[in-house]
Amino acid sequence: MGHHSNWPEWVYVGVVIALMVWVGAEAWNAERLVEHIPADAEVIKVTGQQWFWSFEHEDGTKEIGELHVKVGKAYKFEITSKDVNHSFNIHDYVVLLDAIPGRVNTVWFAPMEVGEHDIQCREYCGLIHYNMRGKLIVEEAEPSS
Amino acid sequence: MVLELQKPRPIWQIMFSTHHTDVGLLYLITSLAFLFLGGTLALAIRAELFLPGSQIIADSMTFNRMFTVHGTTLIFLFILPFASAVGNYLVPIMVRYKDMAYPKLNAIAFWMIPPAGALIWLGFADFTWYATPPYSIISAPGPAADMWIFGLKILGISSVLGAINFIVTILKCKHPDMSIGQVPLLAWSFLTSSLIVLVAIPTFAAALLMLLTDRLGVSGFFNPAMGGDPIAYAHLFWFTFHPEVYVLVIPAIGMMYEIIPRFSRKPIFSHSSGIFAFVLLSMVSFSSWAHHMYATGMSFTEKTVFMIGTLAAVPASAMHVFNFIATMWNGRIKFATPMMWAVGGIALFFSAGAGGVVNAAMPLDFQTHDSYWVVGHFHLFVMGTIAFGSIGFFYYIFPYVTGRMYNERMGQVHFVLSFIGTVLVFFTQHVLGLYGMPRRVYDYPPIPEWITMNQIASVGAMIIGVSMVIFLINMIYSSGKGKLADTDDPFNLGGKYYYPFEAKNPHH
Repeated sequence: MGHHSNWPEWVYVGVVIALMVWVGAEAWNAERLVEHIPADAEVIKVTGQQWFWSFEHEDGTKEIGELHVKVGKAYKFEITSKDVNHSFNIHDYVVLLDAIPGRVNTVWFAPMEVGEHDIQCREYCGLIHYNMRGKLIVEEAEPSS
Repeated sequence: MVLELQKPRPIWQIMFSTHHTDVGLLYLITSLAFLFLGGTLALAIRAELFLPGSQIIADSMTFNRMFTVHGTTLIFLFILPFASAVGNYLVPIMVRYKDMAYPKLNAIAFWMIPPAGALIWLGFADFTWYATPPYSIISAPGPAADMWIFGLKILGISSVLGAINFIVTILKCKHPDMSIGQVPLLAWSFLTSSLIVLVAIPTFAAALLMLLTDRLGVSGFFNPAMGGDPIAYAHLFWFTFHPEVYVLVIPAIGMMYEIIPRFSRKPIFSHSSGIFAFVLLSMVSFSSWAHHMYATGMSFTEKTVFMIGTLAAVPASAMHVFNFIATMWNGRIKFATPMMWAVGGIALFFSAGAGGVVNAAMPLDFQTHDSYWVVGHFHLFVMGTIAFGSIGFFYYIFPYVTGRMYNERMGQVHFVLSFIGTVLVFFTQHVLGLYGMPRRVYDYPPIPEWITMNQIASVGAMIIGVSMVIFLINMIYSSGKGKLADTDDPFNLGGKYYYPFEAKNPHH
């Protein structure tokens, strides 16, 4: 063994490497765009604790379990936790980031349509992890005054 | 009770033996026992998730304990000891040495496993197989978590002792006429995976001790209330356990390297590229650990580095797949049971790897992370690739271990059912994850797509369950009453294709 030609394997490896470079470059570019937070994004503080989510808007309004936002506006979530690790997830908008005690993680989104979406916890956090759920309610934007 | 059925000996002679095939037999029986125990938990989990609401498991904490012990058992008490069983049987023979380099150490490494298994099963902890702090520090109750920590500690020491033994046996005890390049690929797989163990395990061993002292309240390494950082644990954990994925998968690939050329009746396409790919895999296994942590709030630069490190593992894995296909190309393939498992395992290995590329790509990871996609993805590795390779290899060495043949028809039915079941469970779970179902949930809301896909997955799991019962019956019946094996060529391949019988070490 070993004396026959190996060229088909090296061609194949070359193709695989080219594919991976393409996947990596596309992913890099997409992530770079996704992570660019608009300057006018409104901050919403998100706190996870066993076993519910609470929210605080920039104007001081607080909500538990439900989050009301306006369509067409950009929001920046500042996510943390009061006890153990959680993961803040609005799957329909691909919002996913861990809530970790002692840290603030940021992610942004801008809802495009009026509607209701599920909020859930995606990191194991104990007894009622399976039901640590909430609702995102996207409302019509108020007419600008 | 007698165990080795060709020349019956009392069980205590095997238990207190240090001969490599006896220790191999102990590893083999222990690992298969834990396969059935851990698999039973999986069936209970799938039965619970068949419908939303509470089915057979009374409360969520019991469910959480079950998936924790399920994962811990199948990784540490089935896959790893099974690989050690195969290594014990064949590595000394492949490097033409009379035993493992340190026979007593070998027996000690094995005998650490039953007490560790007992700690894990009697404790029945609930904090998932990675014991994430601060949950594991402030929320995981009672002695269960501590028993898990001590169990894992013991298993870590056992792994390191085993790894030292394999490395010394292969590098220092191989026959002087044999160059390292001539060592068979199965033995190479043990060499490379053992080297990974030596580099990777100490990190988690340290993290476990830190976790224990954190639980005792005397330190606060990972406890934010005491100024610690839970992310530090995640790094320490994954620095060990991402390479550990390769520790699990490399021996399974080595087993396929033994099966595929023999049942294709052709030499391996390229021995040297197999070695090259093993060495490359063992190095890149250390470049990707934090791809498990994109969602912990890592910077864009960190994510980019670990994405590149992860994608770098793909060419080396692809080389193995190429090697297998090129070996089968134009071969006179005999699809006996071991070959079916190996080929099925390669197909699922490819699927698992393709899914892994999706996880590694940063924006897509945020769709799949901590969802059922991930559950489906890694099960395609551990079940589809590693368990398939291992079970195939078990059929392959069955005549060597027992001197008898298993029932071929039952072996093939076992494979077909397992393959169908595996595809039903784990491909479906990928889709379920894209629909957003989180992992590690006892219950889920009645979303129609979630219900349908959970039901498909549960039916698939029951099919695997049935196939495993067939497997168990076949093994028990055939090891006592199966027809005697032709020890030179048990699979009737027409020639001396069967490795284990080319040499056999006498008992001492």
